[in-house]
Amino acid sequence: MGQKEKQVLVSLIASLIIIVFYSLWVFNRYIESNPEIINDLKFWGRSFIVLIPVAIIAQIVIHILFAIINKIVTDEDISDKDDERDKLIELKSLRVSYWVFIIGFMSAMGAVALGMELWVMFVTLIVSGFLSDLISSVVKIWYYRKGV
Amino acid sequence: MAKCNIENKIRILRFHAGEMTQQELADKTGVSRQTIMAIEQGKYSPTLELAFRIARVFDTPVGEVFFYRND
Repeated sequence: MGQKEKQVLVSLIASLIIIVFYSLWVFNRYIESNPEIINDLKFWGRSFIVLIPVAIIAQIVIHILFAIINKIVTDEDISDKDDERDKLIELKSLRVSYWVFIIGFMSAMGAVALGMELWVMFVTLIVSGFLSDLISSVVKIWYYRKGV
Repeated sequence: MAKCNIENKIRILRFHAGEMTQQELADKTGVSRQTIMAIEQGKYSPTLELAFRIARVFDTPVGEVFFYRND
């Protein structure tokens, strides 16, 4: 497995860890004690605002840990330089990721249009954001393995 | 993946260049070793610029390194 593939795999695992732990934390801290909060706009606003920096910091920390472990195990430095193939793969995966998010966004708006509760829209938005990230990573690994 | 009809002689040219490693070629052309490996295996068709850079390393015309195979 190449270095870039490893990095993408780490991103994928990091995304999974972040979304699972953040969801559990939000559920245990807010929703469990007060289930009515899921239809409160302020709650969702705060959840999104906190999720973004938490996700970014957690990704950075996980990547630093990966770089340290990788250096110890393989004695190789992680290259942050992308060549033309990396950029092409990035663009192709981004295209797939956008489509996934657009479908999720339309579904979220559809839920609102159908008169569903507010939380359905926000959960659909979070799930589609997470899925688009996940699928983007899977597509990248696919292109690195099968060729582009 | 769509079948790539562009083939290359990079492996042979590396051999004739004193068994140049993929890493050496990668360093000389400014790409990663994985990219050189993908090109050699026909999993990636390089841009025209990279094709010329590779040909220049071997001091040979680009047509001698890459060629189109008609099926």
